[in-house]
Amino acid sequence: MANRREFIKIAGLGLGGLALSNPAMRALTNTFLEQDSNLLTGGLARTPTYCEICFWKCAGWVSKDSDGKIWKITGNDEDQHSNGRFCPRGTGGVGMYYDEDRLKTPLIRTEERGKQVFREASWDEALDYIADKMKSIGEEYGRECTALLTHGSGGKYLGTLLKAYGSNSIAAPSYAQCRGPREVAFHMTFGEGVQSPERTDIRDTSCLVLIGSHIGENMHNGQVQELSDAIDKGASVITVDPRYSTVASKSKYWLPIKPATDLALLLAWIHVLIYEGWYDKEYVEKYTYGFEYLKTHVKNMTPEWAYGITTIEPDIIRRSAREMAEASPSVIVHPGRHVTWYGDDTQRERAIAILNALLGSWGRRGGFYMPESVEIPDWPHPPYPEIKRSWKDAFPDQFNLAYETLASGICDATIPTISKACNFKTWIVNGTNLLKTIPDQSKVIEAINALELLVVIDTMPMEITGWADVVLPECTYLERYDSIRNSPHRKPAIAIRMPASEPLYDSKPAYWIAKELSKKLGLEDYFSWGSIEEMLDWQLKQVGSSLEEMKRIGVKTFDRSYPDLYFRDGENIEFFTNTGKIELYSTALASEGFDPMPVYTPHPEPPEGFYRLIYGRAPSHTFSRTSNNVNLLDIMEENVVWVNPRIASLWLLKNGQEVYLENQDGIRSTFPVKVRVTERIRWDSVYIVHGFGHDNKKLSRAYGKGASDAELITNVMMDPIMGGTGMRGNFVTFKFEPAKKEVAS
Amino acid sequence: MREELIVSGRMNPNIDPALHIWHWQIPLYLFLGGLAAGILFFAALYTILGKGEKFKGAVQYAPFIAPVALVLGLLALFLDLKHQAYFWRLYTTIRLQSPMSWGAWVLMAITPLSFIWAALNIRVIFPNWDWKFKWLKDFEAFCRKNIIPISWLILVLSVILGIYTGILFSAFNARPLWNTSILGPLFLTSGLSTGAAMIIIFSKSHEERILFSKIDLVLIIVELFFITHMFMGFLASTQVQIDAASLFLGGPYTAQFWVFVVLLGLLIPAFLEALELVKFKIPALVPATLVLFGGIMLRFIIANAGQVSRWLY
Amino acid sequence: MRYAMAVDTKKCVGCSDCVVACQIENNVPHGYAREWVVELVDGSYPNLELEIRSERCNHCENAPCVRCCPTGASHIVEGGIVLVEHNKCIGCGACIASCPYDARYSHPKGYVDKCTFCEHRIKDGESPACVAVCPTKCLYFGDLDDPRSDVSRVIKNRKYKTLIPEAGTRPQIFFLT
Repeated sequence: MANRREFIKIAGLGLGGLALSNPAMRALTNTFLEQDSNLLTGGLARTPTYCEICFWKCAGWVSKDSDGKIWKITGNDEDQHSNGRFCPRGTGGVGMYYDEDRLKTPLIRTEERGKQVFREASWDEALDYIADKMKSIGEEYGRECTALLTHGSGGKYLGTLLKAYGSNSIAAPSYAQCRGPREVAFHMTFGEGVQSPERTDIRDTSCLVLIGSHIGENMHNGQVQELSDAIDKGASVITVDPRYSTVASKSKYWLPIKPATDLALLLAWIHVLIYEGWYDKEYVEKYTYGFEYLKTHVKNMTPEWAYGITTIEPDIIRRSAREMAEASPSVIVHPGRHVTWYGDDTQRERAIAILNALLGSWGRRGGFYMPESVEIPDWPHPPYPEIKRSWKDAFPDQFNLAYETLASGICDATIPTISKACNFKTWIVNGTNLLKTIPDQSKVIEAINALELLVVIDTMPMEITGWADVVLPECTYLERYDSIRNSPHRKPAIAIRMPASEPLYDSKPAYWIAKELSKKLGLEDYFSWGSIEEMLDWQLKQVGSSLEEMKRIGVKTFDRSYPDLYFRDGENIEFFTNTGKIELYSTALASEGFDPMPVYTPHPEPPEGFYRLIYGRAPSHTFSRTSNNVNLLDIMEENVVWVNPRIASLWLLKNGQEVYLENQDGIRSTFPVKVRVTERIRWDSVYIVHGFGHDNKKLSRAYGKGASDAELITNVMMDPIMGGTGMRGNFVTFKFEPAKKEVAS
Repeated sequence: MREELIVSGRMNPNIDPALHIWHWQIPLYLFLGGLAAGILFFAALYTILGKGEKFKGAVQYAPFIAPVALVLGLLALFLDLKHQAYFWRLYTTIRLQSPMSWGAWVLMAITPLSFIWAALNIRVIFPNWDWKFKWLKDFEAFCRKNIIPISWLILVLSVILGIYTGILFSAFNARPLWNTSILGPLFLTSGLSTGAAMIIIFSKSHEERILFSKIDLVLIIVELFFITHMFMGFLASTQVQIDAASLFLGGPYTAQFWVFVVLLGLLIPAFLEALELVKFKIPALVPATLVLFGGIMLRFIIANAGQVSRWLY
Repeated sequence: MRYAMAVDTKKCVGCSDCVVACQIENNVPHGYAREWVVELVDGSYPNLELEIRSERCNHCENAPCVRCCPTGASHIVEGGIVLVEHNKCIGCGACIASCPYDARYSHPKGYVDKCTFCEHRIKDGESPACVAVCPTKCLYFGDLDDPRSDVSRVIKNRKYKTLIPEAGTRPQIFFLT
């Protein structure tokens, strides 16, 4: 990496002048001379990539300007995820590349954790430090006590390293902190999870039912695009949300439900569909198990019963059920994405799955399709060592139904107690800002303090880096190769990521880090490829392509191996459940001692003077990942707290006024947040966008902007079925001064 | 409750949250331009009426201020430009629909004329001034011979100079506070009033001071009339105009306008001048200075408040 | 040839992708925006209405900014696009004050800047950057004089409105409601 570029701000002022001074440019762009800019259609050269700003991984092209500098990122028309159009964060991805606050060199901690005092080190020194520590910790406690927490593409290579090293505790917070409950619930019901991207056939649906989902503010590119297509085709939307979200404003029915009561509404809908006979009788007869149990179970769960709980009128409940039924089977009761709310989320998702089954939407056009992905073989490597212990050993008899590793479980299992059988001693963290991700920050910090080694591999100095022993700077997705994307979709497809420029500063790609670290650990046999190009080319050749071809086209779509996108009429299908059928009555849940069919339980309500803290997403940001991105900060610099006008007048709050939020446990937000007085939020709740309120000064643009909802989420409602961490049971009140700093004793 | 807000973070400097692209340079120029227009108007008028010897203050002394004011005004305008290297583009074209273009050309014409007028009267300051070169002496003779046509030219140009800035503002229908056709006459009257005040200050004859006090009094009454009708017009107009008027009727500019402009700049000088007419002894400098102060405050307040008034968001 | 744009407010989700894409495509300096998104909320909970609009310069037919420009830097080219010629602009700010939509701003380099309908792209038959990137495809662009263009087709079938029509500017951005 000898060619380190001198790098200038993307303010565009310098670019224009440079463009004029280049004689070749002048010849090409005579008419533009007066306009003093480097506007060239299509750019001069483009390389394929897939975006890393969120997990949707839209494939696109990186175009460079006439000086060979990265200019803009646009979508790949062939890509099913993006259809050639990137979302605002993907379009603004160049800001991540040009961010001067990026991590530039490896860092090794010199003072105690959390003080954020580091010294710069060379890669050799940093990797040696890590390898030595990993070996000694492995000898003392066993190699299984190492965990990898990742939410980045680099996780693939680091995962290989970890498994080669001798542990399989690899977790993404997106399971237990986000979509876990829906995966388990759908597994219980249909034998398969919802997967990512979601297998919802929105573009062909006639009725989309959203339970708390705020598509349009949460910018899952494909979902928003398909929602727009559905609206064009006249589909109706039913939104259940205590807040008047963007999609609520586009809905035929907006049900302004009382927070935490969604399950009652869902059960009432099930009741209506069954007792009015509006369910898909043929489908239920042929494919489902447990209908009679379900019918008895919901006998008394009438709309009138639900009205008292949810404040949604019985008439509306019936009419919206009718809307769904008339659209059947082209109807989707959307499972949502971030569904860890109140601790009974798996059961709520079960109710959603049951509704879908009754409406016959699973496996039907306009409902849920059967995705297919391309199988990409791993580069040959020796077999992984046998693992004797895993994170589950820390929770005997718990979470048997969790199919993925719980990040919060690993966190819990790191805090030493007498009863834990497996305490983690090493964490390798990649691409996830754990302090703003796993709720109850004090617990996360306690866990971190109990670690012997914390390695953070990231692009930006996020809060988690401040606690690390070693910080390794990863280069951004625009500067590296990564594993081939083979996400499941309607048609199996692959996409590649190619570097558009050399890594800036002394940053390195994750595959390089993994390979170099493997050498130091004596595990280089697991990374026996010569160069990453060699490895990717070999993999691509196994599936009928090549690196050279993919560099030209970026995305390759294949035909399905079977024409089974949807069920065919009358087809006999075996589902991967205990009974081989869609289980309305869940035998797996029953055998674990949980309710086989969902039962409504009321949840705590905010005490007087407190309001439920509801959080969500903004389309221009991805949690805290983009909070320092200058392109996206131009759109949204900080979050604001939505307050109902009645509450605002009670507290004498004005638009733009700064307040501190304090929760029921007395935790006050570090930074103040501005008030937005709006009718769009219920009077018993307040709403803020997640991902702001950074307290790491190295994020020069993000520091101190807005408030962090993560630090206010201290009451965690654990889902007993799969360990999901419910976060919506926190209530806040308004304060007008910062918290008094306690003198450390 | 109704909310209409920009949610994509737009905060264009000097545009959001309220327009503020013109700072002190523009109101200063408006004042200086109006002042010069007033002075030159009276100078030309009384020359045409043949009263040049009687009213030396108007015709000979005060006009020395005019070129100074115009040059300072032009400097202020130049400083206000943000793309100064290209200022000469103003003089490559004349655009009849753009009052700013008229202004550029009027200034181009009237500034040299004001210098000529001052030069013709140079012996007031330097009694033994000699032009030395023959062509200058010939030019002086030419000007003196044709003083009446030159005065007519200056008369017309000064009226345009005094009124065009008001027309310029009133043509911006995007700024509801300015979008009233009274603004042109108001600025002209104010300019003439400040010119008369300047003449009073420079005058050496009591008779002249009395005359110009009377003229100033009439002009002030006309200005008050215009201001009253301006507000009546706003309040009877559409919602954006009502909102604009409310800036002065309870809004942030209320005190400044009614105290500095109306009370100090119009009512009190009018009262003092009226007193003088009923033979009370008032030092002439007092009402004149107040009028000048009122003139400059009027320009500043209207320029700033007008930028704040807008249609959207 | 009359270029115009239509914005389908029923599909717009206010993601501001148009703003980001425009900024990158046209090297708009940070802190400045040629486009912006407006949210209009009316009513009281739970009887509410929400309209979201993606806005920019309206390239008005009766453009006050072109009228008031003293040097002719603000001009209209073929197709009705209002442009600013940088080397004729003196930075006087009259056009900025004259725009009822506050669509213009003073570029740090001194001249006045605003949306150009990505004239450099439509010359080559591409659509403006905002139209090309919009994930909900709620932006339509084309020639109003061509009945088969995207814009013509979509305003034929839908109700639409323009912004502040009473300002007399005859804007060429149509908001489908």
